[in-house]
Parts: sequence; C-alpha cells; structure tokens
Amino acid sequence: MIPISWYLVLSAALFSIGVSAFLIKRNIISIFMSIELMLNAVNLAFVTFAHHWHQVSGQIFVFFVMVVAAAEAAVGLAIIIAVFRSRDTLNVDQINLMKL
Amino acid sequence: MHLVLFLIFAGLCLAGALNLLFQRHPINSALSLIVVMTSLAVLYLLLGAEFLALAQIIVYSGAIMVLFVFVIMLLNVSAEERTHGSRIAYLAGIPGVLALFAILASIFLSLTKNLGSAQLGEFLVTTSDLSRVLFRDLLLPFEVTSVLILVAILGAVVLARKEH
Amino acid sequence: MNTLLLFVLLSLLKVAIVTVILLTSVAYTVLLERKVVGRIQNRWGPSRVGPFGLLQPLADGIKLFLKEDIIPSGVYRPLYLLAPMIALGCALISISVIPFGAALRVHGVDLFQIADLNIGLLVLLAVTSVGVYGIALSGWASNNKYSLMGSVRATAQMISYELALGLSLVGVVLRAGSLRLRDIVNIQSAHGMRSWNIFGGFQFVAFFIYLIAAYAETNRTPFDLPEAETELTGGYHTEYSSMKFAMFFMAEYANMITVGCVATLLFLGGWSSPFGHLLPVIGGPIVQALLPVAWFVAKVFFFLFLYIWVRGTLPRFRYDQLMGFGWKVLMPLALANIIVTSLVLAIRS
Repeated sequence: MIPISWYLVLSAALFSIGVSAFLIKRNIISIFMSIELMLNAVNLAFVTFAHHWHQVSGQIFVFFVMVVAAAEAAVGLAIIIAVFRSRDTLNVDQINLMKL
Repeated sequence: MHLVLFLIFAGLCLAGALNLLFQRHPINSALSLIVVMTSLAVLYLLLGAEFLALAQIIVYSGAIMVLFVFVIMLLNVSAEERTHGSRIAYLAGIPGVLALFAILASIFLSLTKNLGSAQLGEFLVTTSDLSRVLFRDLLLPFEVTSVLILVAILGAVVLARKEH
Repeated sequence: MNTLLLFVLLSLLKVAIVTVILLTSVAYTVLLERKVVGRIQNRWGPSRVGPFGLLQPLADGIKLFLKEDIIPSGVYRPLYLLAPMIALGCALISISVIPFGAALRVHGVDLFQIADLNIGLLVLLAVTSVGVYGIALSGWASNNKYSLMGSVRATAQMISYELALGLSLVGVVLRAGSLRLRDIVNIQSAHGMRSWNIFGGFQFVAFFIYLIAAYAETNRTPFDLPEAETELTGGYHTEYSSMKFAMFFMAEYANMITVGCVATLLFLGGWSSPFGHLLPVIGGPIVQALLPVAWFVAKVFFFLFLYIWVRGTLPRFRYDQLMGFGWKVLMPLALANIIVTSLVLAIRS
C-alpha cells in the first residue's frame, strides 16, 4: 500500500532535477540528457494516473512519448555530431553564432 | 513488499538523477540516467504497466541511451568546463526550480487522501489490453507517429552525412 | 508468511542450481568448441588433461584465476571494472525466464523455470539490449585505440542487428498471440515436428534471420569484427587480463547458450518431442518429466554445434558489408515476413 501521491512527488522531484540539470549543464549532450530525464519524470506521472483512474490511455501516452523521444534522440544526436564537426566544441556558450 | 520495492527503486531513481546533476563527465551522467530509467521500469511494473516497463528498458536504456553513449565515445567528449552562462543559471534558475518542486510536492501531498493508494496487482494492463486501445481507438495517432519516425530517420541521415 | 518464505528459499535454490549448471555448460561449450574446431582443422584439440581432455575447462579456469590481474595506468577505473560485470551479469540474467521443460510444480514452485512471466520474450530482448553496455564501456574505459575501435564497431553492429532480431520474432509472437514463452512452446507441441514454428508455422525465413542476427549479437564468426584479432589485436578486451578477461569470455559463451535456448523455444518447439504422439508413452513419471528436458538440451546442443561449425568454416565479413547486410537485406526480409505472416493469419481466422 503506497499512497499515489508518493509516486507523484517522486515524479516532481525527478522533473525538478531535470530542469536544474538543464540550467546548470554546459555540455550539449548533458543538456540533452536532462531533457530525457524530464520526459521520464512526466512518463512516471502518466503511468501513476493511469493506475489511479484505471485507464489504459494514460499508458498509451507514455508509449507515444517514448516514440517521440526516440525520434528526437536520433535527430538531436545527429545535430550534435554536425555541430561538433563544424565547431570542435560541445560547450553551449561557445556555440553562439548562427553561421560559421 | 510493495513499500520496500518502492523505497529501493525510488531511492535509486533520485540518487541517479542527483548523480546526473553533479557529475562533470557526460559518460557518468549518461550511466546515471540509465540507472534512473531502469529503476523507473521497475516502478512501472509496480504500477501494473508490464509492457511499458519492458518497453522502457528496451527503448530508453537499450536504444536511446546506447546512442548517447555511442556519440560520447565517438566524439571522445571530455569533462565539461564551467563558463559564465552557468552562474546566471545558478542565481536565477535554482530558486525557481526549488519553488516549482515545493509547489508541486505540496499540492500532491495535500491531495494524498483524495488520490488514495496503489496496491500490487490491483490494476494490471496486459499487452493485449494496451494494443486493443492503441490499434482501435488511437489508430490515427499511431500511424502519424510512424510518419514522424520516418521523417526523423531522413533528418538524421541528412544531418550526419559527410559533406563532399 | 511461511509459504512466502518457502517460496523465496526454493526460488533461491533454483537460481543457484541454474547458475551452476549454466556456468558448467559454458566451460564445456568452450571445450566442445576447441575439440570440434580441432577436428575441422584436422587436429586433435585438447586431449591431455583427464580422459579425452575432459578436465581441460578446469585447467583453463585455474590458469585464468591465477594469472596476474593487471590494471593499466591510463584506464578510467570505475567503468573499466564495471564493464565485465555488466557483460557477464546480463548474459546470466537472461537465462532466468527460459523454461527448460514442461511445467512441473512442486509446492507451487515451477521446477524447470526460474520465473514464468507474461512478457518473458520482452525480458530477453531487454536484457540483450542492456548487455551492449558491457562491451561499449570496456572499450571506452580502456583508453586504447584498438579497444575503442572494437567497442564502437560492436555497439553499431549490435544496435543494427537487434532490429532484425526483434522483427524476426514478431512472426512467432503473432502465431502464438502471447509473449509468454510457455504459451509459445505450447502451440508448437501438438503434432511433433509438423507444428514447430520453423516447419508448420512457415517461419523458416524468420528462423534464418534470427540465426544470422544472433550470430552478430553474440559477436561470433562471421560477425566477430569487434574482436577481429588480425586488425584490432584483441578488440574491446585488449586491456583486460585474468578474471576480468574470463568474465568477457564467459559472457560470450553464456550468450551463445541463451541464444540457442531462445531459438529452440521459439522455432524448434522447445521441449516438445519431434515425434509428437507417434512414440508410445514410456517410463514412469520421472522419465516423463525428464524426457522433455533431454529434448531441450539436445536441440540447444545442435545449436551450439552449428555455431562452432560456422566458426570453423566461414571467413569474416568486411565491416561495410556487415552493416549493409543488416540494414539492406535482413531488415526488409524481416518486415516482409511480418506482413506475410499477419496476412495469412488474418485470412485464416
């Protein structure tokens, strides 16, 4: 017997850690990873609510988030590789020009 | 039983997330994120989402994070250096994040009574339940995501191609 | 509470027994490989230690255990130490969902399977996909260009072939309508060999895709580019010695055995006899319980022999050929197999 709210608090904590990592990290790959952490936190909330309302559709949402995250990772990492090829750095403070 | 499992894996989740935050080297962050994702899979199992739990491990830990680790290895990324941008983020962002967490947590905790509690095996979504909803009621969104994936593949191929 | 305690104790006992059996069979698979490859190359193979060289695995184990454990100074220590554990751990975990024989319950504990899950097949895929980290991290943490090359190759290869491997299993799942391994075997056990997925289920294309992808997943010849000794010295385990090297070695052979078990369960009818009900029922209840296990072991043995045979026969692929084959041949074939299988099933029902 676990109060549903504990799961939700865990999800909120993970989301907050993800936001702060997004703000603090300077490496573009780490920033991308903190976005994944936020998505995961939201997924946990979805699964918890699916359990609370006894509805399958909450889990379907998670399914779609996973699909979108996979697509996002493929494109995002390709962009990161392209940026690294042209700038030789992954620090977001040094990637400040639209054109090289 | 449920309580023990929840405490172990929620603790692992939080520890992994904090480690992601404090590690300087991206590969350590990536590995702690894998720990978070795998522990979340166990929490999904506790909440009766058996297919999602395994999909979480296969898709997140086994595919997305392998890509991250692969890119970190390929670019031979070294530990990150702190620059001026991060100081502003510390000053403005961290209090905001703490406030956000405080608000969310207090709302959830105040609703503890109304939300009730979760029991092991009370609600189990089998793979066939999930697929029935996915392929009958939500067929159109499913098909649209397949187009999304196709576009993503094309985009990744175009971006990662070497210029000749 | 007492039944729970009994259940936990019996399960722990089961885990211990299965682990010991698995590790022993890993040791003897190595011996089998050396013997068979020896015969293929017209030599004897190990024959000095014990009768027919049967104690050779023990001698190998003692040798590896007593060797000096070298940790090179340039390595990234935590990951360098973690990598072989991940590799071996994942290789051993996947055996936990595999049923070895027909369900036989004693005090509510299934004797021939550690855990009977609704989603057993997915667990196998998940554990395989996590096992990539062992190899990926070992190469990166070794701080050696050959290791890094080996592990980058291995990672790319395993991600690519995992796709074909997963897709080749969909036909089988469609036929069974379940992800539970026991259900998948049960629909194949009605009429002996005729109802196995590979023959009666018309999944032979899927079977060959699975076979090829599995060779690539376990990094075996002809797909052993990650450890191609002619180009990369030792590949990802160049910098590993003693027990840590042995862990990678055991992981590779444990993976071979798991892959053989999965192929047996999914395509060759698991523990069911190839003759179905043609053979009269013989022996008492104990023989009846052990006969399926014997069939299972025989089929897995056939797989291991095939593995070794291929190793003794085929040359290694070139890397671009390997990636091209995975993406341009195996994946479209697997997709076509899914379409045909689902069409046939839809028309029949």
